[in-house]
Amino acid sequence: MEHMQGNNKRKTNRKLPSYFNDALIVSLVTIIISSILFYFTFYFDEVPQILKRGMQPATFPKGLLIIIISLTSFIYLFSLKNPWKEQEDLPKPFYYTFITLIFFVIIAKTLDFFLGLSVFSFIVSYLWGERRKLLLFFVAAAFPLLVFLFFETILNLRFPSGILTDLYYR
Amino acid sequence: MENFIYMLAPLLSIELFLVLFFGTLVGLLLGVLPGLGPTTGGALILPFTIVMDPLSAIILLTSIYCAGTYGGAITAILINTPGTPAAAATCLDGYPLAQKGEAGRALGIATIASAFGGIFSVVILVFFAPLLAEVAYQFGQPEYFALAIFGLTMLSSIGEGAPIKNLIAAAFGILISTVGKDFMTSVDRFTFGVNILTEGIGFIPVVVGLFAISEMLVQSTLLNQAFNRVTLDALKLPTLNDVKLTWKTILRSSGIGSFIGVLPAEGGTVASLIGYSEAKRWSKNPQEFGKGSIEGIAGAEAANNAATGGAMVPTLALGIPGSATTAVILTGLIVHGVRPGPSLFREQPDFLYGIFGAMLFSNIIFFILGFFGAKIFARVTLIPNKLLWPMVFVLSVCGTYSLNQSDADVWIMLAFGVIGFFMRRFGFSLVPVIIGLILGELVEGTLRQSLVIFDGNWLLFFTRPIVVTFLILSIAALLFPFLKRAKNSMTKK
Repeated sequence: MEHMQGNNKRKTNRKLPSYFNDALIVSLVTIIISSILFYFTFYFDEVPQILKRGMQPATFPKGLLIIIISLTSFIYLFSLKNPWKEQEDLPKPFYYTFITLIFFVIIAKTLDFFLGLSVFSFIVSYLWGERRKLLLFFVAAAFPLLVFLFFETILNLRFPSGILTDLYYR
Repeated sequence: MENFIYMLAPLLSIELFLVLFFGTLVGLLLGVLPGLGPTTGGALILPFTIVMDPLSAIILLTSIYCAGTYGGAITAILINTPGTPAAAATCLDGYPLAQKGEAGRALGIATIASAFGGIFSVVILVFFAPLLAEVAYQFGQPEYFALAIFGLTMLSSIGEGAPIKNLIAAAFGILISTVGKDFMTSVDRFTFGVNILTEGIGFIPVVVGLFAISEMLVQSTLLNQAFNRVTLDALKLPTLNDVKLTWKTILRSSGIGSFIGVLPAEGGTVASLIGYSEAKRWSKNPQEFGKGSIEGIAGAEAANNAATGGAMVPTLALGIPGSATTAVILTGLIVHGVRPGPSLFREQPDFLYGIFGAMLFSNIIFFILGFFGAKIFARVTLIPNKLLWPMVFVLSVCGTYSLNQSDADVWIMLAFGVIGFFMRRFGFSLVPVIIGLILGELVEGTLRQSLVIFDGNWLLFFTRPIVVTFLILSIAALLFPFLKRAKNSMTKK
């Protein structure tokens, strides 16, 4: 994963023991989530014996989750012998992009789907270094509009209503 | 003879030929752009095919697949960054040769090897897929279950990355397929009372999220990366000496690629790595590898393009995808109401051989386009990421929304984008998730139906020879990486 590496070297916390590494965090997160899902499988409805097709609906997911938990434990144990390559810290643009993604969801959900797309495209393009106004306009306004018109006219799709979309639909 | 005429369908209809040409062109562009590729591109294009007839739609997707796999070589040779993962091995010798001022020769041999590998694999597809379909007529539910398990274990053991991580990823993919109403009893599973989840999680939101959105997040971590571009004057036809030097490698790699493609592994990526290492093993000049060997380029490129036809064999004959891109094509078939499997060969030979023909002609078209247009396609890599990825995001969101006109699909896609990013960061391959998701219903359905047939007696699985064979092969596939590692450590000692 060389391409994932930036220039930021990870600041290793010397107070943490050596086993507290990426492998442990990934394994713990996977096992915790899988365990929660496993717990939920006990709340799946059961079908009467006569309708049961081979097994109860919960049996297959339970089996899968047991496999995931077991294999995850294995990868952690193996990592003690063969540690994972240490990942470097994520650079700032990743966080900016991630936060903009959340902005998109909020705007698309509350104001307008295409406004969300335009805002996302503008901010990401700008934060990634684009400063030319014409190209910013193209990415943030012209391109989403072209895509909207294509889907609307050629594919006959109706997008969720919002402050901008409603102007077109009216 | 009748089937041969069906294969000519893309040439006999102007509409189909235009679709084929457009698909090849788009595939080349997608292959050239690092981060995009036939899988992501196919998933993004799929919603646009809704208005097309099934044959046109699948011709579009398959031509993107064929040309996209080749397109990756252009970027690999000129900027040392594989346009697609399948072109990773091409960088090893393509870029050093280009640095020596022989970019045209490197691209020339890559174009010839790719086209030959692709055409070779279509021939394999034409002859082998109907045979496999005939065999598949013998399969019942238990056999299909064992076959799907074999596919998943093969994917985990010979796919890219750590085998255990691949297995976890595959199990995760199958788990996603269990979300929603149980297809046999209509009991809700993992819906948490959320209505939109009762329909289950669609394939396209997951694939677009895992590939396109996670790649956008990866690109956000690479903004400071600089590419060293090699100038390309003109594509050169390889000399007679080059052909003499590489024809055996091209032929061998075409065979390897077609075989690897048939296995549900990571298609072209694994094929090109094996094709490259075999080219090195058999070469009279192995010391040249890594320094600009044309045998290295030919070995990798013939193999990855040969895997395209190979991967279509199980996709069409069994309904089991041989790679992530064929999983997208499989979804395309289902979306257009075509059920892949052995019956397709008897019921719709015109449709099937039309696809075979499209793949054949797509290889010929990209060969011509590659020769005359490589210089232009190379310029596509100049599109800055700061413009490209916001546009890919817009297409991803609209494409995902359009399939079911559901904004929930968009949120699911974004969630899988983030999951995919972290999976890649920690060395989990995404392809097993996709294959697991698409095989999930088959695995669970055939297991449960088998248990109904066997009256709940698991031991009866072992009374069926085909099942036993597949299960033994699955165990062998699981043990293979560990035995290989043990052998390597013993050799070191």
